[in-house]
Amino acid sequence: MDDGQPLFRWSWVVSNWDNDSPNSIVNLLQAHIVMSAVPVIVGLLVSLPLGLLCVRWRWLYQPVSGLMNAVYALPSLALFMILLAVTGAEPVTVIIPLTFYAMAVLIPAVVDGLASVPEHVRQSAVAMGFTPLRRLVQVELPIAVPVVLAGMRVVAVSSISLVSVGALIGQGGLGNFFTDAYQRDFYTPAIAGIVLIVLLALVADGALVLLQRLLTPWMRARRSA
Amino acid sequence: MNWLTDFFTDPANWSGSNAIPVRLLEHLEFSVIALLLAALIGVPLGLLIGHTGRGGVLVVVSANVARALPTLGLLVLLVLLFGTASVWPVLIPLIALAVPPILVNTFEGIRGVDPELRDAAYGMGLRGPQVLGRVLVPVALPLILLGLRLAAVQIVATAAVAAYVGLGGLGRYIIDGLATQKYEQVVGGSVLIVLFALAAQALFAVAQRVTVSPGVSQRVRIR
Repeated sequence: MDDGQPLFRWSWVVSNWDNDSPNSIVNLLQAHIVMSAVPVIVGLLVSLPLGLLCVRWRWLYQPVSGLMNAVYALPSLALFMILLAVTGAEPVTVIIPLTFYAMAVLIPAVVDGLASVPEHVRQSAVAMGFTPLRRLVQVELPIAVPVVLAGMRVVAVSSISLVSVGALIGQGGLGNFFTDAYQRDFYTPAIAGIVLIVLLALVADGALVLLQRLLTPWMRARRSA
Repeated sequence: MNWLTDFFTDPANWSGSNAIPVRLLEHLEFSVIALLLAALIGVPLGLLIGHTGRGGVLVVVSANVARALPTLGLLVLLVLLFGTASVWPVLIPLIALAVPPILVNTFEGIRGVDPELRDAAYGMGLRGPQVLGRVLVPVALPLILLGLRLAAVQIVATAAVAAYVGLGGLGRYIIDGLATQKYEQVVGGSVLIVLFALAAQALFAVAQRVTVSPGVSQRVRIR
């Protein structure tokens, strides 16, 4: 509790926007974007082949999804701390657990997406002489895009908000403003951090919605028809 | 690995207010209270919205906002604003973040019930609340429990983070250990939190087995 400090000091934003400190708003925003984008991208790159394997061999899915459920339950703070000994107070300590959370959401999304391909579509592709690989790339994956992208939206938004917990080991991107605010009993950085993180999440979510529109033009055609 | 045995065999961690059982109980107590309050808000609201079909927008918006809000920031801001004289500034963000998964899954569960099933229940002469209680809730139970499980996991994790703003519980080992550079304590506390989260997860798996009707979970094939 403090004396009459104002809720928000715009002068703080101005003086911290792009000064030389590594903790300027611009620098932390950049770090935040990198630390939340890498898990989403790497998570997708790993989940695609794993999801395909789970579709190819159904018996694999049960144990994989069980394992991923358990991974998803692990608190981020605890994982950061356990990794701290191995990887040090570096961005990668935050990125690795977030990548596993991303996989926990994206592997089921890939499997569900491929399962959403109607059987008659698959058979048409076979009848037209598509090889399995071409069928996968040109028919099945495009149809799976909406489900996979829905998963990516969840992952992107939650990664962006979870990165901030990394502030407790000094690697929280914009989350570093939260520890700064607490140590100095100063509202402004906390509010600025929350607002910027929520805005970043909204922008990322909007970009993924846009991406889905671009990747699935037939969805729009069907709606307007 | 020596660190771990050091932590778990240190007599200082087995007595006084910093003893492992004490911290464990604090964490448990806090998590249970937060989950109960969140369930008291989320489940009835989800049932109502799912059953009446009104207010679906609220569900979608709350789910998105809750995912985007950074827990640490919320905790810091509320504690700075209102102090730690009472536990509410810490408890409120926890509840606020736990309600959406409960609300969304309860809503989706009720709304996803086969309309034929619902019509059949009305056709048999059941009234609105009876349809909800005897047909919709049992069928939607797996999703309702999923929502509660996700909320519980979220609460356990956030309660650990809340040690930073002065809450007791297992997160204390991490925060205090970092401050005093006792790394074995940081890792020991983290391992305890991981085990705690996994235990909560397992508990919900068991609860699902026990409470979901065999017909709904398709453990028994009706043919």
